Amino acid sequence: MTPSTTEKTTVLTATPEDRRVATLAAAAIGLTLAEAAIPLPIPGVKPGLANIVTLLVLYRHGWRMAAWVAGLRIVAGALALGQFLTPAFVLSLSGGVMSLVTLAWAMHLPRRWFGPVGLSVLAAFAHIGTQLMVVDLWLMPGGSLLALMPLFLTAALITGLANGLATAHLLQYGNSDKHGDSHEPKNLS
Amino acid sequence: MNHLRAGDYLILALGLALVAGLWLHRAGSLDGRVLIRLDGRLFAEASLRLDRVITVPGPLGESRVEIRDGKVRVAVDPSPRQLCVKQGWIPPGGAAVCLPNRVAVENAAAGYDSLNY
Repeated sequence: MTPSTTEKTTVLTATPEDRRVATLAAAAIGLTLAEAAIPLPIPGVKPGLANIVTLLVLYRHGWRMAAWVAGLRIVAGALALGQFLTPAFVLSLSGGVMSLVTLAWAMHLPRRWFGPVGLSVLAAFAHIGTQLMVVDLWLMPGGSLLALMPLFLTAALITGLANGLATAHLLQYGNSDKHGDSHEPKNLS
Repeated sequence: MNHLRAGDYLILALGLALVAGLWLHRAGSLDGRVLIRLDGRLFAEASLRLDRVITVPGPLGESRVEIRDGKVRVAVDPSPRQLCVKQGWIPPGGAAVCLPNRVAVENAAAGYDSLNY
């Protein structure tokens, strides 16, 4: 605010890419908050709608940006929900990181045969698998989570399929709607 | 509406197979487990379906855990007040603890009652 108290001033300029990441992360955070308001019968099972955004970004802008959007969404979403640095946050973070790692590998699968639905299901399994592992090793060691695995993996399959289909639909819609320069969102400025 | 490609079907099929296998596996193992802990560590894990007597060597002597007809109890224990023996058959989800001999028997048939993180 008050300049010239220090000799050097660091100026942070937001590049267009920064703005794009922020916009997309905001969309993802919005979905996270919206779905947190949905009451769900089983703790730990939720649709993970924000992953639609992650997948879209992965296809449109590449892995690096998808990682930024997902990371920002995890941290900011946890801050907004009051879960930052709680076990829920650690679960979210570990699941998110492993999903991104899986996607980094899965995105190199031949595009002809593997689309967003396959990637989404793989990422969902990586997500829940990591979370179950963290719960088993750290949160509730000794408790046999085996009894809950079918439930969680079934949920992962369904949500992965649903989110993948949504992503595929959005990708198709976006591509047919505006050919060519779909990289620049028009409502930015 | 060709959202799904060949590989996607493959992944879905593998996922479905995994989930179905887990449900079947669970159906088989849902009969109930008995967890026996000695000094806080898992000493033995047994099925409620199989009648047997498990001998647990505690610091005071041998405790005997009896599994019969889908039920489990501590049959013999060297602890002075015999609390875990008098408790009788352990209900599903319950546990008997022979504290002096450091033995805990858990009937894990009910699985989880809650899951809080």
